[in-house]
Amino acid sequence: MKPRASDYVHLVRMAGLFVVGITAFVVLRWLMVPADFGVLGHYRAGAVTDNMQPPLVYAGQAACVECHADVAELRAKGRHVQVACESCHGALAAHASNPDGQKPVRPDPRKTCISCHSANISKPKSFPQVVPEEHAPEGSCAACHVVHNPKIS
Amino acid sequence: MDQDRRTFLGQTGKLLILTASAAVAWEHVLAGRPEEAPNYKVSDHWWGMAIDIEKCIGCGTCVRACKTENNVPLEAFTFRTWIERYVVDPADLDHPRVESPNGGYDGFHEREVRDPSLKMFFVPKLCNHCAHSPCVQVCPVGATFESQDGVVLVDKKYCLGCRYCVQACPYGCRFIDPRTHTVDKCSLCYHRITKGLTTACCETCPTGARVLANLKDPKDPIHAFLREHKVQVLKPQMATGSKMYYNGLDGSVR
Repeated sequence: MKPRASDYVHLVRMAGLFVVGITAFVVLRWLMVPADFGVLGHYRAGAVTDNMQPPLVYAGQAACVECHADVAELRAKGRHVQVACESCHGALAAHASNPDGQKPVRPDPRKTCISCHSANISKPKSFPQVVPEEHAPEGSCAACHVVHNPKIS
Repeated sequence: MDQDRRTFLGQTGKLLILTASAAVAWEHVLAGRPEEAPNYKVSDHWWGMAIDIEKCIGCGTCVRACKTENNVPLEAFTFRTWIERYVVDPADLDHPRVESPNGGYDGFHEREVRDPSLKMFFVPKLCNHCAHSPCVQVCPVGATFESQDGVVLVDKKYCLGCRYCVQACPYGCRFIDPRTHTVDKCSLCYHRITKGLTTACCETCPTGARVLANLKDPKDPIHAFLREHKVQVLKPQMATGSKMYYNGLDGSVR
């Protein structure tokens, strides 16, 4: 028997469905996957630059020393040589970019010292530590110590 | 096919020239987008950190600096870095007591000596920036990844907040940001290190207990540190390829 065209209709329909399905997949994928996905790996390449965007809050030592070289010099001679400015003075990127408009607050000359130097059994033995209540019950540590070079003045 | 020496040499030459130019072009792709970080070349960096437990005083300056720099919520359990205090019976390494009140944000001020026979010390923790990160392997959408300079980053615009990675991290370094309901973690201050600065925690650490390191830079002090100290990474048995090298890591630390 000679095959008729209608014998193939179901195959044509199936092929049509496949074409529609694959086209839909390609179009949806094109719409939903960002263009830079997969450029560098299984992720959006733009995410790397996104992670570079947040603003700085801590300016970094170099920015402080640029203006306050005198303090840096004093500090370099003492045991606080490796303590960064922003370790005690807090985040100062705003001050670094606008020195006159954004004045930093002076750190508390007792609490700031105690936050590192109060005695604690868990601290390494070689770290200089005191029991604040016995060492100096009250008052500013700066009354006896030069904070940027903590020798007894 | 008929091929004489002349055409063969000509084709080989063209191929060599094209390969070289393609390699140069690919280098540029690998180097990232120059306009975003003008003096930063991705392929020159492989980031890690040296952490010296024998220098950590548990003051919490790193925890406070990290939250300030990265705008991390102040509530409990949202930490990109935190400090743990270990209280260990020296003969029983399997059962340490680990304390981390508010992640060490306010420091550790308790002064009483509970039991002089106990061993006590501080361990700063943060993302280990593993070279083979379990968290990256489980992310179903590619929202977290190891960058080409060795930093595990999160794509906050792409994250679904499914929490698979939170469970996968063997170090407990990930949390869900309560404001965005997407995952958050230490980015090794990627916005700072690509500008030539150090991380906020390393910048402010008063004792130098943690120092950022570029392992690809032969002049970086990390190489002397690794040579001169007996260092260990956390959970080495998990083969995560951690790049946080701890000096003085006690066997009880997990």
